[in-house]
Amino acid sequence: MRRKILRFDIDTYREITDALVRNKRRSLLTGFGIFWGLFMLLFLIGGGKGVKSLLMRNFEGFASNSIVIAANETTKPYKGFKEGRSWNLQYTDIERLKVLVPELEVVTPELPEWGLSATRDEYNVSCHAKGVRADYVKVETPSMKFGRFLNEVDVQQKRKVCVIGERIWQSLFPDGDDPCGQFIRVGSVYYQVIGVDVSTSNINIGGSSAESVTLPITVMRDLLNSGESVGMICAIGREGVNMSDLEGKIRQVIARQHYIDPKDEEAIMVLNMEVMFRIMDNLFRGVNFLIWMVGIGTLLAGAIGVSNIMLVVVRERTVEIGIRRAIGATPRDILSQIVLEGVALTIVAGSSGIVFSVLLLQLLEVIAQHKTIFQIDFGTAMAALLLLGLLGLLAGIAPARRAMNIKPVDAMRDE
Amino acid sequence: MLIELHNIHKTYDNGQPLHVLKGIDLGIEQGEFVSIMGASGSGKSTLLNILGILDNYDEGEYWLDGKLIKNLSEKEAAHYRNQMIGFVFQSFNLINFKTAVENVELPLYYQGFGRKKRNELAMRYLEHFGLAEWATHYPNELSGGQKQRVAIARALITNPRILLADEPTGALDSKTSVEVMNLLTDLNRTEKVTIIVVTHESGVANCTDKIIHIKDGIIGETTMNEQHKASVFGTSTIMK
Ligand SMILES: Nc1ncnc2c1ncn2[C@@H]1O[C@H](COP(=O)(O)OP(=O)(O)OP(=O)(O)O)[C@@H](O)[C@H]1O
Ligand SMILES: [Mg+2]
Repeated sequence: MRRKILRFDIDTYREITDALVRNKRRSLLTGFGIFWGLFMLLFLIGGGKGVKSLLMRNFEGFASNSIVIAANETTKPYKGFKEGRSWNLQYTDIERLKVLVPELEVVTPELPEWGLSATRDEYNVSCHAKGVRADYVKVETPSMKFGRFLNEVDVQQKRKVCVIGERIWQSLFPDGDDPCGQFIRVGSVYYQVIGVDVSTSNINIGGSSAESVTLPITVMRDLLNSGESVGMICAIGREGVNMSDLEGKIRQVIARQHYIDPKDEEAIMVLNMEVMFRIMDNLFRGVNFLIWMVGIGTLLAGAIGVSNIMLVVVRERTVEIGIRRAIGATPRDILSQIVLEGVALTIVAGSSGIVFSVLLLQLLEVIAQHKTIFQIDFGTAMAALLLLGLLGLLAGIAPARRAMNIKPVDAMRDE
Repeated sequence: MLIELHNIHKTYDNGQPLHVLKGIDLGIEQGEFVSIMGASGSGKSTLLNILGILDNYDEGEYWLDGKLIKNLSEKEAAHYRNQMIGFVFQSFNLINFKTAVENVELPLYYQGFGRKKRNELAMRYLEHFGLAEWATHYPNELSGGQKQRVAIARALITNPRILLADEPTGALDSKTSVEVMNLLTDLNRTEKVTIIVVTHESGVANCTDKIIHIKDGIIGETTMNEQHKASVFGTSTIMK
């Protein structure tokens, strides 16, 4: 008839829930430590994830193996040219790079123009424009909300069409209508809108894509009267190519053509996305490490707190436990009571910690708008709960041992 | 003999050793109703705790129903406490977050009885002691006499051979004390439960059939009291 250790039936369940529910103060006190530790850990992890995805929005759509090349004043004299000379990248550089650096898959020009304003009826917004070819999509993948991106025909036929960024669309079309087919004025020229690009990338030089008007490069060229010059050249390496290895070769090709000292690093501006991505990656790895450190610290502090509270609780319950022993409970009965009480508390308080942090993270996600991911996944929550269970078990050792050492005579101690 | 003590010694050692029991020899038969008297600090409670296997002793032999109670495992000790012995304390020692009926059924929980069976039996005992309507009350809602009757019900629910009571009337007024002692007497007469009561009230001792005096850690005189004339205040009164 003796009950086995940790046998779990309706009677044990009632015994345990009664002990917890009828001693609300100490149950709440202990439970709160567990709740808080788990909540903090998950909230920190989610928060870190959110910040990461917020920052990552700046890189969205950008090919990670791309580089951007731009011209700058020379800083070294070379072959009879003085330092401080201005020079320009040219369309011929594109062909040259394609031939001489076969590891490049795409080489495409960009003609930027800053400080413009776009107008439609009474609406007006400041913007910048960039002229690109159709293959620019490989450098920066647009995410079209309406319409389409520029195509080869637009470029060839010099169509006066444009793709607008999200903010421009919101400013010029405040009703949120599909703007395709409508005309907007940029500078003194009217363009027909053919698409809205809502990608959030902030990478391209001179401002975010939300504020840019993208035109066929041929149209832009006539407008700026820029002749053979291009503002920037974007290049993407073939699959598996390390762009950092190619950077030197690219510099060499351009330097030779424009009579620039090969050692003049500043004359040729090269923005290597791969390096940027790597820096970001390292940054996030560091941030993540920190979050886990702090989170586990919180959880550990929680566990120690719980252990302390449980020690006090066991002392408080000395007479009760003594009575139980005096009427026939074995030390194992007492142990299983304490352990099961702890398990029940952990499950309830732990899951409220998870639920609460998930709710709060969801709220943050709603506030931070689309594409920002704060929410933790199921696996993370379970891992945290497992960690908590392990810590809880460790935290319970000392109190449980003390409880087991309570003698029946302790029931006689003055209350 | 149900209970046999031979030369029991007990020393407390809290920094300074205190020799409390200095060779107790005692025999108690099945069905006896005995009281233990003595001055405060003479070791009455210590002796009763040893009899109830709540505490161990240093020297000598304690035979309970033919079994030597020495170096028992915790499990065995718990088993004997649960099956053989009922304990009643001066301060009642009910668990205050459990109702009267839950307190009474607790020993059965540790015997593995189901909830329904426990509840049934506990209710029967409470009814027997006139406490049925108090069954779902918590201890702090009960009077001293009611609490002690609940405690006695709890001690009896496992149907033990021996009931040990340490100053069961110590916290009660004289009227309630008489009620509790009548209840114990009745138990002894009808159920043949062996009862040992520790007290320093002669009125309480007078209710029992045999009075054992303990002095300086050894058994002094033993008074047979079948006539219940030991108290100068007469029978069936307890002066406070
Ligand atoms: N756990 C203990 N540790 C140390 N000393 C103790 C302990 N329990 C009792 N004593 C001491 O042992 C002596 C006998 O105690 P005991 O409780 O047996 O006396 P008692 O006869 O029951 O007295 P009272 O009538 O006051 O209840 C006392 O001097 C007491 O201080
Ligand atoms: Mg005493």
